Amino acid sequence: MIKNIVNLGDAAIYCDFGNEVNKITNSKVIQYFKTLKTKNVNGITNMSPSYNKLIITFDLNETNFDKLKEDLLNLEFKDQIANDSNKIEIPLCCDDEYSLDIQRLETKLKITKNEILKVFLDKTYFCYMTGFVAGMPFLGDLEKTIMLDRLETPRVTVPKGSVGLTEQFCNVYTFESPGGWNIIGNTPIEIFNHKNPDQPNLISPGDEVTFYKINKKDFIKFYDK
Amino acid sequence: MINDYFSVIRGGLNSTFQDNGRKYFYHIGLPFSGVMDKRNFEIANKIVNNKKNDPMIEFAFQGPALKFFGSKRYMVVTGDVNFKIIKKSNIENHGKCYQTFEINDGDIIDIISTNKSVYGYLSINGGFKLNKIWGSYSTTVRARVGPNEGNKITNGQKLILNNSNELVKRSLNFINSKIEFIRVLAGTNFNYFSEQSKNDFFSREFLVSKLTDRMGMRLEGVKLKNLKKTNIKSEGLVKGTIQVPADGNPIILLSDHGTIGGYPKFGVVISADYGRLVQLPPGSKIKFKEIQLKDAENLYKLYNMETHNILSKIL
Repeated sequence: MIKNIVNLGDAAIYCDFGNEVNKITNSKVIQYFKTLKTKNVNGITNMSPSYNKLIITFDLNETNFDKLKEDLLNLEFKDQIANDSNKIEIPLCCDDEYSLDIQRLETKLKITKNEILKVFLDKTYFCYMTGFVAGMPFLGDLEKTIMLDRLETPRVTVPKGSVGLTEQFCNVYTFESPGGWNIIGNTPIEIFNHKNPDQPNLISPGDEVTFYKINKKDFIKFYDK
Repeated sequence: MINDYFSVIRGGLNSTFQDNGRKYFYHIGLPFSGVMDKRNFEIANKIVNNKKNDPMIEFAFQGPALKFFGSKRYMVVTGDVNFKIIKKSNIENHGKCYQTFEINDGDIIDIISTNKSVYGYLSINGGFKLNKIWGSYSTTVRARVGPNEGNKITNGQKLILNNSNELVKRSLNFINSKIEFIRVLAGTNFNYFSEQSKNDFFSREFLVSKLTDRMGMRLEGVKLKNLKKTNIKSEGLVKGTIQVPADGNPIILLSDHGTIGGYPKFGVVISADYGRLVQLPPGSKIKFKEIQLKDAENLYKLYNMETHNILSKIL
């Protein structure tokens, strides 16, 4: 399943599942990650699944690259896709004050705001991974008509709750942070809830996500709840 | 019974509770965090007779000023730190690192600054009364996760203490060693860069820039030329990763780093050198040396043996 295993520094293993970024490759990464979590392999301290890679950090006091690589190669994995994904609906307010980069999108994509939103809202997105900042979901794939590169100069601060587009992906900024994605709106719901230690992320890898439009009145109501 | 506590007169620039770091949350976007300089952390716990991984205050540059309410305790400061103890009688004593000092009701400890270094550690016999969050006492301010509601220590708050352990006077004769080279293993995108840039990186000096914090250390110097592509598909990161964005200036990721990123990975700082790397303040000159994995593993063993030796010299 893994195409190549190399070291990343002296305390991490870098597993490459192939160059292609698609659901099939990503599902293999997620499946491998989920299975490995149940296996209690000695020394593992963290795992970072992404589109087509899995990075595993380990405690150099307990194991090392050669030993852990051998442990991984000796493990048995069922090559099947897990089917425990959730369907999640995210409210999104796209009023101009939240739709920070809509003009950039309109100009570069040469279509109107309404068309952009229609294309965006009509599709169900697959969560490839979460991370960067806590809970941020990387969702794909966008329709070709609304794909655009990230900003030439990233924003120093992107407001919490912002929903942004870049290339074939969209995501939600779970905290105020720097960032260069094209912001089309803002969601009032908490995507990362640190008070829930069992499942702080609303969206997990493998989940299916849709967005629905709300107006500013409803947006404010969410905050009053 | 009311616990002993500190009242925070001044929080300092970046004072947080930290322990050995938080495991198993990379996949949701939470880095390890934890103490930056593990050796000084372990020394501090041993000197005040606490357990190896008990949480303490880590501060950067200017530390906190704390007023103590309670009965006699021993405290310690580790690192290269300028601090004073202001007794209730208003007599001021200059503090000395790596030895227990006594603190009584109404005394103030004022951590003025670190000297030619970044991080220092403040610990007290018995330790701070904190809640473990997700298996750790480490604070990740950016995600608001950790004790103290995931926040920095701020003016006016109370820091409650656990009951005292046995009070033992201890000290250590120790000077933090300077490091000549930071040793690096080639990263997964090392070959994206020109031969000239690889040579430059391991022969020229770099400067630690002001844009340096617990998340990362930005370097200035010769720009590294990427011949292949300046963006990769976003993937996981580890602490110590040297990533190079399109502008050619390397960034070394530190303990609070973002967990996923799309800049090429030029190299990774070896585990044995991490604790000394992070102590280099902005303006420091820094040189790198390429080594191989087996050497890095051996250097880590050596580093641990050294730490063990240092700890055994605490009397």
